Amino acid sequence: MEVIRGQEWKRPKPAPDASERPFFEAAARGELLHQRCPACGHRQFYPRAVCTACGADPEWAPSAGRGVVHTFTVVRQNGMPPFKHELPYVVAMIELPEGVRMLGNVTGVELDQVRVGLAVEAYAVEFEPGLALPFWRATRSGP
Amino acid sequence: MPSRDPVIVGIGLSDYPVAPHLSTPQHHAQAMQRALADSGVAKRDLDGFCCVGMGGGPGEAMVMAEYLGIDHRYVDSTMTGGSSFEFHVQHAAAALRQGLCETVLVTYGSNFLSARGRTLGTGGFGGPGGRVHGPDMYQAAYGLSLVGAYAMIARRHMHEYGTKPEQLAEIAVGVREFAGLNPKAMYRDPITVSDVLASRMIADPLHLLDCCVVSDGGGAFIMTTAERARDLRQPAVRVLGAAGGQTHWNISQMPDFTRSAAAKTAPETFAQAGLTPADVDVLQFYDSFTITVLTLLEDCGFCAKGEGGPFVAEGHLRRGGRLPLNTDGGGLSSCHSGMRGIFLVIEAVRQLRGQAGEAQVPRAEVALCAGSGGFLSGIGTVLLGKS
Repeated sequence: MEVIRGQEWKRPKPAPDASERPFFEAAARGELLHQRCPACGHRQFYPRAVCTACGADPEWAPSAGRGVVHTFTVVRQNGMPPFKHELPYVVAMIELPEGVRMLGNVTGVELDQVRVGLAVEAYAVEFEPGLALPFWRATRSGP
Repeated sequence: MPSRDPVIVGIGLSDYPVAPHLSTPQHHAQAMQRALADSGVAKRDLDGFCCVGMGGGPGEAMVMAEYLGIDHRYVDSTMTGGSSFEFHVQHAAAALRQGLCETVLVTYGSNFLSARGRTLGTGGFGGPGGRVHGPDMYQAAYGLSLVGAYAMIARRHMHEYGTKPEQLAEIAVGVREFAGLNPKAMYRDPITVSDVLASRMIADPLHLLDCCVVSDGGGAFIMTTAERARDLRQPAVRVLGAAGGQTHWNISQMPDFTRSAAAKTAPETFAQAGLTPADVDVLQFYDSFTITVLTLLEDCGFCAKGEGGPFVAEGHLRRGGRLPLNTDGGGLSSCHSGMRGIFLVIEAVRQLRGQAGEAQVPRAEVALCAGSGGFLSGIGTVLLGKS
């Protein structure tokens, strides 16, 4: 996925510990990770220290960085900066074909074009050097 | 009735919906005083205590037991959000049956509106520009509000089942009608479906009038055994069943956006009581948002999954309908000070005693309370019955 660097970051900033950093480091390299359990095959997101299905140690797994909108809202009132200056905006649950869902913003799309089932692709925004978070936009045509 | 069967014998509300003269501990204290006076229980006889408050943390019961002076043998500060008090009924009922204690006080208090204004629904998760940890690392940066989280639940229900905004609005209209009968309710003027749809959009598809109020307020109730209740002032209300469960905590982890843990806890609660949804006379459901009620209605078995919209549009939840909902004016119009679950129990008791005045449901013998905490995350269902 595309990585946007050098953008001023005013949003809440993740403070991952060593075990949690790989997700954000991978995003900063353009790779979107989730977790897969080597013991039972269960996939999960958010990342954690245990497989929620069988209790084994999960491993990182790559995803293609594409998904569809499972559900969404257009936030029109939020008193907290920086969001109060960005209204209205789209927050959605994105369903990935790998079998996990991620919360995120869908950007660069007309509000009335967002719908359940909309195909989206991930891009990453660095919030500090070497660490990034995924965002989503409508899938562009082409390969 | 076997002597150790759990019953509710006292209820009390602190001042609401706007009470700038009360701190959070003072809400607990005033509600306790009023529940004691209502029941005729002497304070020294309280030997069990369940308590949570907004922002109280896991030590809330310890803090408040000291403040109120409760010498407890059984204590519980289970915190599941707004449904905490339905879990407390389950736990206190088990403790009473087991003989761990004889008389349990449950309290809640919050000065949310006076202390923090109307920020509950439309602030973000995590502080502005602050550092976030754990699951918030994958959520907070996207600016989802609490209303927005429920809006995603409503959107999915609309997508899967064709549920319409005007059907959700009907829930708010019916609850407002009951608020008109409660002199203390925050908003009492009648509203129509058109009013709800014309109110400003907070997070699509939820309008302002799909959302609960933000208020101050606290409550208390007292549970004891059927044997002890014989000597007390009020008709005892029986705890017929109580169950709790959770499907997730964070909204991003909700496995099915159209289904809550009530789909499991309600059948368990009805089985304990030997009753079915057809036996219920009055509903006290968590109405943080109209979609909260709709989801709980389906999950509790009053209609099939997906049929909640047409069901509510038929007017069953209205005053005079066969399942009157939130007869005190609910969180949608009367009082929501952050965690509303205690008010569900208190209003159900008022109905089953026949003390609900103009809002009294005729021949109310069985009430179902369905509490929701978090984002339809932690659900507690409680069936109460007339003695």
